[in-house]
Amino acid sequence: ITSHHITDSKPQDIMKWNGWGYSDSRFLFNKKGQGEFTGKRYRLSGMILPSLKDWFEATFGTSLQHKTPATPTLNVSAVPPPNLVEPFVEELKVAGVAASHDPEGRVFRSHGHCLHEIFALREGRIGRVPDLVVWPNCHNDVVKIVELACKYNVCLMPYGGGTSVSSALECPLEETRSVVSLDTSQMNRILWIDEKNLTVHVEAGIIGQDLERQLNESGYCTGHEPDSMEFSSLGGWVATRASGMKKNIYGNIEDLVVHIKMVTPRGVIEKSCQGPRMSTGPDIHHFIMGSEGTLGVVTEVTMKIRPLPEYQKYGSIVFPNFQQGVSCLREVARQRCAPASIRLMDNEQFQFGHALKPQVSSIFTSFLDGLKKFYITKFKGFEPHHLCVATLLFEGDREKVLQHEKQVYDIAAKFGGLAAGEDNGQRGYMLTFVIAYLRDLGMDYYVIGESFETSVPWDRVLDLCRNVKERIVRECKERGVQFPPFSTCRVTQTYDAGACVYFYFAFNYRGLADPLHVYERVEHEAREEILANGGSLSHHHGVGKLRKEWMREAVSTVGLGMLQSVKEYVDPNNIFGNRNLL
Amino acid sequence: GGHLLQSAQSSRAEPASFVDILEERRRGSDISHALRAFSPPPGCGAPPPSPSALNKMVLESQHLRYVVAAESGKPQARVREEAAALLDEMSQNLQVTFIRLLGFALSKIFTRLFRRIQVNEDGLARLQQATQEHPVILMPNHRSYVDFLVLSYIMFTYDLSIPVIAAGIPLMGMSLIGEIFRRSGAFFIRRAIGSDKLYWAVLSEYVRTIVRTGFAPVEFYVEGLRSRTLKSLTPKMGMMHMVLEPFLKGEVYDLSLVPVSISYDRVLEESLLAHELLGVPKPRETTRGLLKARRVLEQDYGSMHVYFGNPVSVRELAKGRIGRGQYNLVPRDLPGRPSEESQAFASAAAHRVVRLQERGTVLSPWSLTALLVLQRPDGTRWDLLARDTLWLRGIALQLGARLDWPADLPDLEVMSSSMALHRSVVRCEEGCVWLVEEAGPEPVTQEEGVFRRASAVLMCASYRNQALHVFTRPAMVAVAMGTVPGHSQEDIYRHFCFLRDLFANEFVFVPGCGPQDFEEGCSGLQQCGAVSATDHELKPTEEERDTIVFLSAILEPFIETYQVTGDNCTLLYFSLRNCLSFFPSHFREIFPNSTRNPVTLRRDTEGYLPPTPTCCKLQCPNIYFRQSHCRIHPGSCSPTPLCGPQVATSSPI
Repeated sequence: ITSHHITDSKPQDIMKWNGWGYSDSRFLFNKKGQGEFTGKRYRLSGMILPSLKDWFEATFGTSLQHKTPATPTLNVSAVPPPNLVEPFVEELKVAGVAASHDPEGRVFRSHGHCLHEIFALREGRIGRVPDLVVWPNCHNDVVKIVELACKYNVCLMPYGGGTSVSSALECPLEETRSVVSLDTSQMNRILWIDEKNLTVHVEAGIIGQDLERQLNESGYCTGHEPDSMEFSSLGGWVATRASGMKKNIYGNIEDLVVHIKMVTPRGVIEKSCQGPRMSTGPDIHHFIMGSEGTLGVVTEVTMKIRPLPEYQKYGSIVFPNFQQGVSCLREVARQRCAPASIRLMDNEQFQFGHALKPQVSSIFTSFLDGLKKFYITKFKGFEPHHLCVATLLFEGDREKVLQHEKQVYDIAAKFGGLAAGEDNGQRGYMLTFVIAYLRDLGMDYYVIGESFETSVPWDRVLDLCRNVKERIVRECKERGVQFPPFSTCRVTQTYDAGACVYFYFAFNYRGLADPLHVYERVEHEAREEILANGGSLSHHHGVGKLRKEWMREAVSTVGLGMLQSVKEYVDPNNIFGNRNLL
Repeated sequence: GGHLLQSAQSSRAEPASFVDILEERRRGSDISHALRAFSPPPGCGAPPPSPSALNKMVLESQHLRYVVAAESGKPQARVREEAAALLDEMSQNLQVTFIRLLGFALSKIFTRLFRRIQVNEDGLARLQQATQEHPVILMPNHRSYVDFLVLSYIMFTYDLSIPVIAAGIPLMGMSLIGEIFRRSGAFFIRRAIGSDKLYWAVLSEYVRTIVRTGFAPVEFYVEGLRSRTLKSLTPKMGMMHMVLEPFLKGEVYDLSLVPVSISYDRVLEESLLAHELLGVPKPRETTRGLLKARRVLEQDYGSMHVYFGNPVSVRELAKGRIGRGQYNLVPRDLPGRPSEESQAFASAAAHRVVRLQERGTVLSPWSLTALLVLQRPDGTRWDLLARDTLWLRGIALQLGARLDWPADLPDLEVMSSSMALHRSVVRCEEGCVWLVEEAGPEPVTQEEGVFRRASAVLMCASYRNQALHVFTRPAMVAVAMGTVPGHSQEDIYRHFCFLRDLFANEFVFVPGCGPQDFEEGCSGLQQCGAVSATDHELKPTEEERDTIVFLSAILEPFIETYQVTGDNCTLLYFSLRNCLSFFPSHFREIFPNSTRNPVTLRRDTEGYLPPTPTCCKLQCPNIYFRQSHCRIHPGSCSPTPLCGPQVATSSPI
């Protein structure tokens, strides 16, 4: 990924206002009908994807003739006028905090990336948007802003990278107060690096890729790489209990943080020391992590860092079927020898990955590909419609990596897995970053979709995957979706006692009167199915407003009451009124 | 109860077109039928595992490991061996070669036994569709030993996966035959399992594994055993729980329950059944016995009908009725009793299937005639009987019965030929219809006379029973109307509910569907024009008063019996004649205590009685029978409630 800065207070200049990611990077079908990915930022950028069209048309039953283009530019006059509390604005100005009620900036911060949010924007529909955006520069600015918000009873909604997929950034319709979006993007400095303890102290507005890049320059990394790391912020990770691709080595956000500072209407909450573990009652960090902006603003975080790994190696394994693949992952987890990352795609996703293969440069490569395919399907007897692929990433000392690699491949062999090369592995991880762009392409051609995730005990992984995928197919059919949906999953993380499963789901909505409603109902039913099969409400996306209805079921009435009482104490006037979670 | 478990639907049966599968057999070669290419479409699951691979899966299952570990006091290896032995005894060994062999033999036998085997092809098409989507559970009613042979034969003929069949262990004991059945897909279940935990574990894991893998339909009789009275039996829950569990635990996406209604113009075992009911012990199933039964082949049994009902999606049934999250906090393999919620669900589903079986059953005209003959046990004129049968046909059709009444023949011929098939039960002489009496030396005492007619009466009652489900609900409403002073629907409903509770073991009612049953009864009566309903009232119409009277009369013997038992020990004389001629199924046993009494009704050693403590012993008239929910200790003569919450509360009727 090419370097760039979204630290500008106007990210809308380089990012799409109604889609995912950078304005210059998008999928399209060119005049010849070939798939293409524009821009220069990604490995796939500027490449022709010859099989994309056929896959796209065959999978969704669409035709490139039927287009549903987005509204090209934001109609500023459609943005509701701001409801400002003048003295609040005045005092902010006196305090020296940057603020703006420019409509484009407000619209940009009025949404995350749920399907319904983007779909509405593409149609030019603007709902409730924040009335004001403020840009604190540091912790003290935030303290000031929160004080003023309390004084004038203004609703604050913290905004980090804007990558939420839980409706967390939507302004509650019932909110009548002035809504102020608190954009943390200017709080993006690394304050110090402690090489003796291997920690880093960072302002919470820093964007993932910037944090990683800057640490790399000093020879370190946090190793925290959620799929959204190009755009998501440290504060957002803390507020949603984020999970990173390489958590097997580095841990999830809760394992990585050493210290958190948060500004609440009651004041600042933080611990008095940086001891690595404490027995001081329930860990107050766990009130903060996952609070989804309902209690305050995370301003500074101390995180663990690691020296940059000496060696990285990608890998991939082909399995005859998904079941064998899951058994292999389970065994890897049992032996606690998971590489930095191990992910298992089902057959549909494997084929999808193939559709994104760029044009082969030489006859030799294409010959090799053909040979590989022949070997796997004919010689090894793998059924092309059942086989699935695991992608791997190893990190560490060169020697240890090679040893580790052998161990994992040996286990895989016991489950019929065949090593399928570094290339496939690397492409798999690259796809993680571009896949979000693909939804925008779909939406140009009547295709809408979304991803969602869960975590589930090992023994239920297969059943959950099958049942949820099938439920999606059936619900779509029942609701009049004309063509079978794309319903696919992958196992993206392994734990001692279970796994994280990620679903993609998309369908062609031609002929549907209210596609969004159909979509939402199907997603709802899919979540019901997940819960019925012993899956969790969320592994790392969070609850937001999208999954609130299941919170009581998920944590019990008492559990919900505990959370509510914390909220009541910390923020009795609901200044942090995004109404997520509870 | 919501729409899916409702028993009230539009009462008219949807028309089904039947095809006679024997017709082609009579024209074509049996050999080439048996050797034809048999390639059923692949099921929803993996390709069929070999029987030994299947057994291995069962033995190595986590569930069994839990159970083996819990068997204390024995070395684990011993317990595992025991489990393996049980599995060997139990398991099927399905082989296509044997299916072919059986196919050949059955072609020969069936063409001799039956004029036609009528099958609804649309039902088979739906079944085929279902097998490709989800594991299928075939749930036939059980009226004859040949039921499952016929079903497998049909599946073979129509290129459908041969089912794996739960069979009673006595069948296994038949040398050679047992092995043939085993290789045709039967697996064998012991009758009295009781509290043998290991056996339960092996059996349930075996069944669940088959359901989970979904390579073949699982077939079992939800009624648990052959209905000796040809009346639907209240379902047994053991197997039902086993097959439902993989769905409730999320191991399969869905299950299709396919009700299959088998009906015979004349049941092969009719006299055997009658004698069994009279206390002659059921002969042990032996190969020799089977060979002796060859004379069965020399008779005419008319047609049989097999109606494959619409597959019922368990997922649809479960919607909103059961939380599938109940296993979220325990390992799913952990042995344990099903939750109350699961039990209620399984029970509702099982009852529902039995009701669907009833609804799919094709009745012969004789069933209707038998009903009328029973009401005139002392003989009747043929022309009157024919007239009334026709009248009854009208009512039955209004109430949604499926009748096998050929349209292209004159009605009189249809009725007389249907009756002619039952020469062993009724005889028509000089324009009069009589029940057949067994021949014997003169003179006879009154008591002996009764017993000479008993088997004919019982057979007649059995054929009546086949049609009973059509009339039950309207008849109960009719009775309830007669016992209520006004016409208030509410009062009638209350009395209806009393009857429904009373007859809970007599007829099949889906638990919790009282309102729907009432609704079905009322709308049935309205269909016949027998009542007019307003918002709160239900009034009999003048013109169809006969219908009400007639329907009430159908229930009379049942009510009478219950009154007798309700009147517990004051009863000193009980008309044996009454008891036999009406024979509701709760008369299970009659014990002899005097040598003069020629009747020896013996306890069925194979668990004829359900293990539930619902037996009622009446000391005085030498009769044991079961009554709703109380038992009277021998000698003590006072009713002792056994199962607390189920104690019947009596209400005036």
